[in-house]
Amino acid sequence: MKSKILFVLAFLLPMAAFANEHVKLDHAPIDPSNQVSLQRGAKTFVNYCLNCHSASYMRYNRLQDIGLTDTQIKANLLFAGDKVGDTMTVAMPKADAKAWFGATPPDLSVEARARGADWLYSYLRGFYRDETRPTGWNNTVYDKVAMPHVLWELQGQQVLKVNESTEEHVLVLDKPGTMSPAEYNLMVADLVNYLVFMAEPFKERDKHLGLLVLAFLGLLFGLTYALKKEFWKDIH
Amino acid sequence: MANKLQTIASNLLGWVDERFPLTSNVKAHLTEYYAPKNFNFWYFFGSLALLVLVLQIVTGIFLTMNYKPEASMAFASVEYIMRDVSWGRLIRYMHSTGASMFFVVVYLHMFRGLIYGSYRAPRELIWLFGVGIFLVLMGEAFFGYLLPWGQMSFWGAQVIINLFTSIPFIGPDVSLWLRGDYTVSDATLNRFFAFHVIALPLVLLGLVVAHLIALHEVGSNNPDGIEIKKKKDPKTKIPLDGIPFHPYYTVKDLVGVSVFLIVFTAIIFFAPEMGGYFLEANNFIPADPLKTPAHIAPVWYFTPYYSILRAVPPILNSQFPGVAAMGLSVVIFALLPWLDRSPVKSIRYRGNLYKSWLAAFVVSFLILGYLGTEPSNVWGQFDAGTIIVGGADRATVVARIFSLVYFAFFVLMPWYSKKDKTKKVPERVTA
Amino acid sequence: MANQEVDQSKRKFLIAATSVAGGVAVAAVAVPFVTSMLPSERAKAAGAPVEADISKIEPGSMITVEWRGKPVWIVNRNKEMLDTLSKHDASLSDPKLEVVSQQPDYCNNAARAIKPNIMVLVGICTHLGCSPSPKLQTGADMGAEWPGGFFCPCHGSKFDLAGRVFKGSPAPINLVVPPHKYLSDSILLIGEDGKGAA
Repeated sequence: MKSKILFVLAFLLPMAAFANEHVKLDHAPIDPSNQVSLQRGAKTFVNYCLNCHSASYMRYNRLQDIGLTDTQIKANLLFAGDKVGDTMTVAMPKADAKAWFGATPPDLSVEARARGADWLYSYLRGFYRDETRPTGWNNTVYDKVAMPHVLWELQGQQVLKVNESTEEHVLVLDKPGTMSPAEYNLMVADLVNYLVFMAEPFKERDKHLGLLVLAFLGLLFGLTYALKKEFWKDIH
Repeated sequence: MANKLQTIASNLLGWVDERFPLTSNVKAHLTEYYAPKNFNFWYFFGSLALLVLVLQIVTGIFLTMNYKPEASMAFASVEYIMRDVSWGRLIRYMHSTGASMFFVVVYLHMFRGLIYGSYRAPRELIWLFGVGIFLVLMGEAFFGYLLPWGQMSFWGAQVIINLFTSIPFIGPDVSLWLRGDYTVSDATLNRFFAFHVIALPLVLLGLVVAHLIALHEVGSNNPDGIEIKKKKDPKTKIPLDGIPFHPYYTVKDLVGVSVFLIVFTAIIFFAPEMGGYFLEANNFIPADPLKTPAHIAPVWYFTPYYSILRAVPPILNSQFPGVAAMGLSVVIFALLPWLDRSPVKSIRYRGNLYKSWLAAFVVSFLILGYLGTEPSNVWGQFDAGTIIVGGADRATVVARIFSLVYFAFFVLMPWYSKKDKTKKVPERVTA
Repeated sequence: MANQEVDQSKRKFLIAATSVAGGVAVAAVAVPFVTSMLPSERAKAAGAPVEADISKIEPGSMITVEWRGKPVWIVNRNKEMLDTLSKHDASLSDPKLEVVSQQPDYCNNAARAIKPNIMVLVGICTHLGCSPSPKLQTGADMGAEWPGGFFCPCHGSKFDLAGRVFKGSPAPINLVVPPHKYLSDSILLIGEDGKGAA
């Protein structure tokens, strides 16, 4: 009985491990405090993702939090006629998207919270040629995904090959793109960094406040503890 | 000057007291409510539960100012609160973290009652009100979880409501009535909102008041399980081991509150999702009735009972036994005052037999809780050749064993609590 | 009990210190709750300055644009209209614009405008918030003396073509001139005047 309990308790330890077991995800090398990376990611997002995907809970002027001014946002990121207070909507009607891709491209405002940074990083680097698919593309992380490889001109074309010795599937760059693999990985990391920021724009900023509140509560604890000790001198 | 102010204050108090029992109530519940002087760490959780209740009500009121209980707007309105409303994110995280912390605090509070026999005579009614609070709290959590209208909200509600379908004869009609539609829909969301923000909170507040009135009528138990009212000062009639709740326990509870707030703040600012336990990743995808997430797990505080539900095999093609077992696993706490036949209350004077059973129960609760968060194939299957359990999911077999332990703790209690070798209880409380 | 040993001053100090800290905590917690009821980012975005094309307004007529959910009138006053403005000072409550909060500094002039002919007004009566009706022409149903202006149907307040209130009206002060500026000759931005958004 006792050994059984120990056996089971051993399984309680890795409780936090939640991820999807089927696919091995690459760790996303992102740094939420790196504003330059976030700004590059925002630009990639607006240029490539925002054509089909909306981020309809995200306002352009929230980009002030990654060091951009309203003027910069207006000049570089806004479509004509949009205002900095607008949310990142997309012109493509949902019904059209459904007809073209077979699925409505999801809103990406909180996608990073649903998927996690590692998933996004692996997914955006996991496209490979697959002529059986209507778009000609498949993905190692998201099998039979409806989305075509929007960034293929940058990354080039990958194909899925089987490693003879280990029998593992590996992606091989078949035709290089305009970016080197290192450049492409960096661009994707910046984009993922931005997606993570966009999912919870206030997170980094609020952490400073959190530390302040904790410091104050530490003081409050000291005071209440001293008060309690003082009163409890009465009790024997 | 100071004297004059004092006179005015006492005159005002006198005016109020002639019309409302203010002073007498303050005395009865604070300054002349005598609590045992030997409360320990475990006695913080009652006042903390009250604190969390207040937090939930206040944050909840402010959330309703911007939340829209309408299927096409609910998800967006939560993100609106998170982003567009000034400090809305803080209020929302306080509420979502508060929900989980409510259960943390209440589970610890219940465990205190378990180890010190706080449910024993003359405190049966306090315990029953407490079980009532626990049940309503579970309802609050369940109804509230639908409101963000994410994938977990939707499919969680779908699964739980479908449990009622298994009730013989009337089940399908009951589910349909609960949903108000053929699937979980806007109608369901709207009524869950009504239950969550007004119906259950009213019941909860009533039960909390009853819980406290009953407590202050019979007096608090303590880690020794001794009735302090039996040893009173012959002159003052004050229990010898009692001290006024105010100031002694108010200042002590303030220390507990400070520590709790430190933990609470750390979660809100640095880990509001708590690794997916407080806020599940799938709930950041809007509800989609056509697509079930790969893995549905209830929020952590429901998982022990959910494990029991899954552990019970269908009988005669009916899920009902599992559903009944799950219901029973919660309600059975109410029977404790009548199941425990030990001559002593506190674990301090109980023997090893009881202690072993309690340990087995705690372990069962934790393991069932863990298994409920995972798919049933989490540990793989037994080899096909294994006797009896060949080919079965390992986790399911383990869950069955621990479900049996869980129920045995209650069912066998009249026997082992009586047979247990107890120690002699002292006359007065120990430090 | 050992009350004699109790250091009352220490106890008093700790009670005071804890009360102050607790008070600060409660006040600090109240801040996010109170500010959460202020206009949200969405409301602020919806209340952002609006642009109006004034090139199409014929002299003697007006258009109405919406800014922050309120009607804003843009009147292109012709020569005759401008001439009337100086003729009825005696019957106005505040002809000299002494209530300065009713217009930005740059409109504190005889025409209450940046370009004399273009009058910009928030079309909300300063009495109880109804929207007055434009009665731009002289005379007509307003009586022979009427110099042209605005008439509030709710309680009968009367304003001239510069939004100044006539004596005897229930409205106490002149109509508001919102902050505005010219982006070009024909485009007017309402809600912002280069001194920061309103």
